[in-house]
Amino acid sequence: MNESSSRPRSIDRAVTELARLPGIGPKTAQRLTYHLLRSSGDQVLVLAEALRNLKEGVVTCSVCFNMSDRNPCHICESPDRDHAVICVVENLLDLVAIERTARFRGVYHVLHGAISPMDGIGPDELRIRELVQRAKDTSATEVILATNPNLEGDATATYIARLFEGSDIAVTRLARGLPVGGDLEYADEVTLGNALAGRSSA
Amino acid sequence: MKSARRYSTEALVIRQLDYAEADRILTIYTPGRGKFSVIAKGVRRARSRRSGHLDLFTRVRLDLAAARNLDVVTQADAIERFLFLGEDVTALTYAHYCAEILDAFVPESNHPSSELYAATLETLRRLGRRERDIAVRAFEMLLLDRSGYRPQLHSCLGCGKEIVPEKNYFSPALGGVICGDCMYQDPASVEISVPALKILRNLQTRPQEVLRLNRVEAALQGEMERRLHDYVVYHLERRPKSSRVLESLRTAPAIPA
Ligand SMILES: [Zn+2]
Ligand SMILES: [Zn+2]
Repeated sequence: MNESSSRPRSIDRAVTELARLPGIGPKTAQRLTYHLLRSSGDQVLVLAEALRNLKEGVVTCSVCFNMSDRNPCHICESPDRDHAVICVVENLLDLVAIERTARFRGVYHVLHGAISPMDGIGPDELRIRELVQRAKDTSATEVILATNPNLEGDATATYIARLFEGSDIAVTRLARGLPVGGDLEYADEVTLGNALAGRSSA
Repeated sequence: MKSARRYSTEALVIRQLDYAEADRILTIYTPGRGKFSVIAKGVRRARSRRSGHLDLFTRVRLDLAAARNLDVVTQADAIERFLFLGEDVTALTYAHYCAEILDAFVPESNHPSSELYAATLETLRRLGRRERDIAVRAFEMLLLDRSGYRPQLHSCLGCGKEIVPEKNYFSPALGGVICGDCMYQDPASVEISVPALKILRNLQTRPQEVLRLNRVEAALQGEMERRLHDYVVYHLERRPKSSRVLESLRTAPAIPA
């Protein structure tokens, strides 16, 4: 019997599925798989259970498109937040990064991406229509464009700013303390907090 | 430990893909080594020194260390940026379209073309000006030519006769123009007007002159765009994603706030 040529299919399957995750290459996937194999049965089951519940327990907020355990999400529901100030971010991790600064008391709007035509993402593929409608319906006073400081983020912000031209809503952008090309989610709290405080009209 | 082979090149970043924690895989186009992919480690961290130099459509001087899989960016210095693309979604979409078809038509191998490299940069520069439509047509024609898909625009692909200025047809499947008598050979072919054919021919032989003209009426622009688009789609066997976005930008009514 040639035992080295084929390992159990269940191992291959776990490696394949883990390798699909962002940031995990085939080598890491293999390391994680063998780590799980060595772990106690309980630990693996807890992880499996957590993954199973992930999709069931998380819903998209129909107001801001944040992910939460309820709809509307806890930010949109909170009476302590200023619902007239909407901070527009590309993705959920950017929202988390801004929350971490503890300097923002308004609400969010998650676009779920930035304009990237070669990936097939234009304005229609983002939650832009919903943003405009929402800002109008809720009599927002300010829309803060907190897209990433790169071409796609800038183009997305410019596009949105145009849509608000002629309205009473103030449209602002994060201050340029953020280095060009970096991702918002990786900015440190101080830099991001300062960029938020020093925002300028778009 | 043997030290990695190091080299430098000028490059244009034509595609980016986030990878692992904070890395990015970049597809770059270079004058001397053609198109290939490299990895820039840690660039998504806001504090990375290199991040600002490696944004999409940045013309950059790179130092690279050869590696088994992807060569690694060790140093990056921007030479030229096209910042106006961040202020104009349509111009950005044109740039994405050029990058997308460049990536699709140029094979990933040591396939140097300093001419196509220079033309790509020149096209990006022109996207900020009024002649951007004709600039993109010129780019398509050069790219098709250099990748072995040059459309035949002078003699009929059906009967071989010289094309005369009357009713002619454009056939992506046959690879260029056919005369009225041969139109039956490709029922999918579409009539091409005499002025459109003339400009396309001139784009093959003296693009610089056509680009200097820059006053081409809208209907003619539209016709040339559609014919070359059909041609690109036929030979790529798919529609470029960016051309779908371009279409939606043109048709979608702006939503007033
Ligand atoms: Zn919400
Ligand atoms: Zn013929």
